[in-house]
Amino acid sequence: MNKKQKRMGMIVTVLAIAGLAVALTLTALSQSVAYFYTPSELQALAAPPASTIRLGGLVEDGSVNYSEANSASVSFTVTDGGASTIVSYEGILPDLFREGQGVVVQGSLDADGLLVADTVLAKHDENYMPKELADALKEQGRWQDGSD
Amino acid sequence: MASISELANPQRFEGLAQAVSPYAVGVAFITLVAGLYYALFNSPADYQQGESVRIMYVHVPAAWMAMFCYSSMAIASAVGFIWKHPLADVAAKETAPIGAGFTFLALFTGAFWGKPMWGAWWVWDARLTSVLILLFLYLGYMALWQAIPDKIRAARLAAILAIVGFVNVPIIKFSVDWWNSLHQPASILRADGPTIDGSMLTPLFLMIAAYMALFTAMLLQSMRNELVARRVARLDMAADAATSTLVETPSAASQS
Repeated sequence: MNKKQKRMGMIVTVLAIAGLAVALTLTALSQSVAYFYTPSELQALAAPPASTIRLGGLVEDGSVNYSEANSASVSFTVTDGGASTIVSYEGILPDLFREGQGVVVQGSLDADGLLVADTVLAKHDENYMPKELADALKEQGRWQDGSD
Repeated sequence: MASISELANPQRFEGLAQAVSPYAVGVAFITLVAGLYYALFNSPADYQQGESVRIMYVHVPAAWMAMFCYSSMAIASAVGFIWKHPLADVAAKETAPIGAGFTFLALFTGAFWGKPMWGAWWVWDARLTSVLILLFLYLGYMALWQAIPDKIRAARLAAILAIVGFVNVPIIKFSVDWWNSLHQPASILRADGPTIDGSMLTPLFLMIAAYMALFTAMLLQSMRNELVARRVARLDMAADAATSTLVETPSAASQS
């Protein structure tokens, strides 16, 4: 083996070891690396987490209720198709927040399994199109929702 | 034999760079003007994001360039490390600040998109965090070059950092698929084709062409600067050596 092959081998070895180390670390930390739980994942947990959690999913159609006394207070259901969690929140919602939209809410679960949120973030999906096209698709009934 | 190719190649590079540079600058200028015109004035607003979608045309190509520059830097580092080619070391060294610039641009424009769309300037999800790590890798790489005066040693250590750091690039790319993240998944490089409307792809591709041409122009120019700086440093050293022998010779003669 000449020097060049030795150095090439060194690089391959270093990359393999670094890759393996990072892969193992990230696998071990997978739940911490994930930005949020889905309602199904939350349900599957043996015990509900006591501290602050983030929950992600779609705002269920027709589930958004604004409180009559206080218009800044809102409750809605976050669903992933399998399970759903009711969220209550007081504050300003992001512009993209609407029914059927992906959201990530941060807060803590109360005794009844209701998530009291202190932050609501709208999740944007990977679809980009002009408004006119979106309207036309909806009109023709070719609109596919929840592609998130 | 090896020393001949090492001496000859920077000269051949100089000729090539002189020939290519004006075209790269020209293409960069034209595509940047056209791209920004399409991005800001001649493309539709998004059905959900409204006018904020225009940030994407600056953000997405910058994020791609951030990863492209790092990959180029890692490959150049590997070539320099294995074949001891100084031109590859110079290419890797000069790619870093440009890549860092694109990374910063991606993070900066992303924050300005995130605030109105998500409702947050910054979140610690896997995509954003891994891109921030990319920025720190660039800065660490640049700092390493600055910290070691001996160019050959600096090149070797910086190359190892660049190659090890390359592990981060696939993590950035697939972070949105492997973990739940707030950042949306890929819209262009995906198995079932782009999910961006054609009218929005024109400004996007023009901006990518502009960034690539800009990168080429900047890299060629900064590599030429570095090669000249190294030549000057070598001449200085030779001149110093010559003066010191001149000064030493009479004193040595008087002693004898």
